Amino acid sequence: MISEAARERMRATVAKYPVARSALLPVLRIAQEEEGYITPEGLRAASEVVGIKEDEVEMVASFYAMFFQKPVGKNVIKVCTSISCYLRGCDRLIKQLEDGLGVKRGETTPDGAFTLLGVECLASCGTAPVLQVNDEFEENVTPQRAAELMRQWKSEQ
Amino acid sequence: MAEQMRVVTKDIDVPGIDTLAVYEQHGGYQALRKALGMEPAAVLEEVKASGLRGRGGAGFPTGMKWSLLAKGSPKPTYVVCNSDESEPGTFKDRMLMEKLPHRLVEGVLISAYATGAKQAFIYIRGELALAARQVMRAIDEAYAAGYAGKNIMGSGHDIDVMVHRGAGAYICGEETALLESLEGKRGYPRLKPPFPAVAGLYGGPTVINNCETLSTVPAIIANGAAWYAAIGTEKSKGTRIFCLSGLVNRPGNYELPIGTTFRTLIEEFGGGVIGGKQVKAFIPGGSSTPMLPADKLDISADYESVAAAGSMFGAAGVIVLDEDTCIVGAVLRMTEFYRDESCGKCTPCREGTFWLVQLLERLEAGHGRAEDIDLLNDICDNISGKSFCPLGDAAATPIVSSIKLFRDEYIAHVTQGRCPFRARELATAGNH
Repeated sequence: MISEAARERMRATVAKYPVARSALLPVLRIAQEEEGYITPEGLRAASEVVGIKEDEVEMVASFYAMFFQKPVGKNVIKVCTSISCYLRGCDRLIKQLEDGLGVKRGETTPDGAFTLLGVECLASCGTAPVLQVNDEFEENVTPQRAAELMRQWKSEQ
Repeated sequence: MAEQMRVVTKDIDVPGIDTLAVYEQHGGYQALRKALGMEPAAVLEEVKASGLRGRGGAGFPTGMKWSLLAKGSPKPTYVVCNSDESEPGTFKDRMLMEKLPHRLVEGVLISAYATGAKQAFIYIRGELALAARQVMRAIDEAYAAGYAGKNIMGSGHDIDVMVHRGAGAYICGEETALLESLEGKRGYPRLKPPFPAVAGLYGGPTVINNCETLSTVPAIIANGAAWYAAIGTEKSKGTRIFCLSGLVNRPGNYELPIGTTFRTLIEEFGGGVIGGKQVKAFIPGGSSTPMLPADKLDISADYESVAAAGSMFGAAGVIVLDEDTCIVGAVLRMTEFYRDESCGKCTPCREGTFWLVQLLERLEAGHGRAEDIDLLNDICDNISGKSFCPLGDAAATPIVSSIKLFRDEYIAHVTQGRCPFRARELATAGNH
């Protein structure tokens, strides 16, 4: 559900821009924060607040990789798979996370706690391999560190 | 260990430099104060005379870019900072935003003053949450201190600055796609002309500069164009933040005078190749620039010398491949990036990048045919220069350059029916 408080934040965001439609990406981000992914209600709320048709909102939402089109886990783990991380063992890191979490990349654990994603270059090539947990960085992720992180994530559930 | 030359990254290691108080103690916003005491045209001339060129990749002279803004447009002029750093091998803008957000904000304010813009946007890549928080906080502090907003520093000039976050699309680093995204649309590149300097954001004259470029402006204004132009080479002025990554002992960002050799960067700053191995190839400017063989390590890292060697200085993202790196495997990985990030607008890029990945996968798996190598080149020829924006050209670049340099490795994958490097990769994976 998109709460009234979230709608208020959406309206305040629109007011900051010279042209309402410019607020579409931040407004969709608020919708996703509310519901975990972009739902029909999220699209409707964005459409109302920004003042454009719902299908136009959907066309934009579906273009950007950070807007999820379906439900994801409570924690989204993104592992960079681009060239600099590849040279420093990201494929091994993904394998370790897949084994440890019991899912393949692109999947969510049955309890809904974790989604594991392979993503494109995260601008952290000097501290490769790298991953993000809910948009916060973990850099220089050695196998030991990855094991430690998984223990920590699971204990927080 | 050799010393960096800190111009853009000056004071980066000072505790609290990301706060206004500490930034001011170290001369922060003095360049803005100085600029406001000059005529806008004089500020622009200073930047022009410094020789500063765009650090995002294309290397267009910054002062020239500002002076191309359409005069007398009925629509407002805008300054947009491109902080959509996504090029594989680059990670300097993220560092600048996280650690020195006020220098960027100061640079943006000076550029807005010089170009007559009353509104500036800083477009930050969606994935960089901490960078966005830092820059937003710096902007809030700048407003509270009277450096931004109405009547800045009592000058009678109004300049508003705000952060706009992307949402995950490499293509938005292309300046016209960035503008579309900032207007709340899909990040499709626009057909040029008109160029953004004439009709950019909301149809108004718009200047779009990279984050490092704008973060360099305060030092130029504070110290003067002549001071800045004395750094670097005859034609390539100043410093660059080299993003060193790949198989070196000490990867990281190193700010050095333009004209430093790649060997110095890799050996003295990067501590050489891991395990004392040899460099097989290096990519000088980010994954979209042609790779160069080890015998080019001694060239001067400047726009002209890198071009003469057959590549591009680009965004100075230097990626090092060692003697055991499989070129086909590395190129496959780079090509997957372009396949995934192609926005889909132009058919050659959208379809071609899929075919390229399929062919490279087949070769890497040992199922390729000898004619696949020329087929790769043929597809690249049909993508390059045949799309709206440079993403298609970029996708072709690793393939064309690697086949030129390492055709024998491609052939070995075919004749041996397997990747000659695979065993080593499995044996050493994760040891770095």
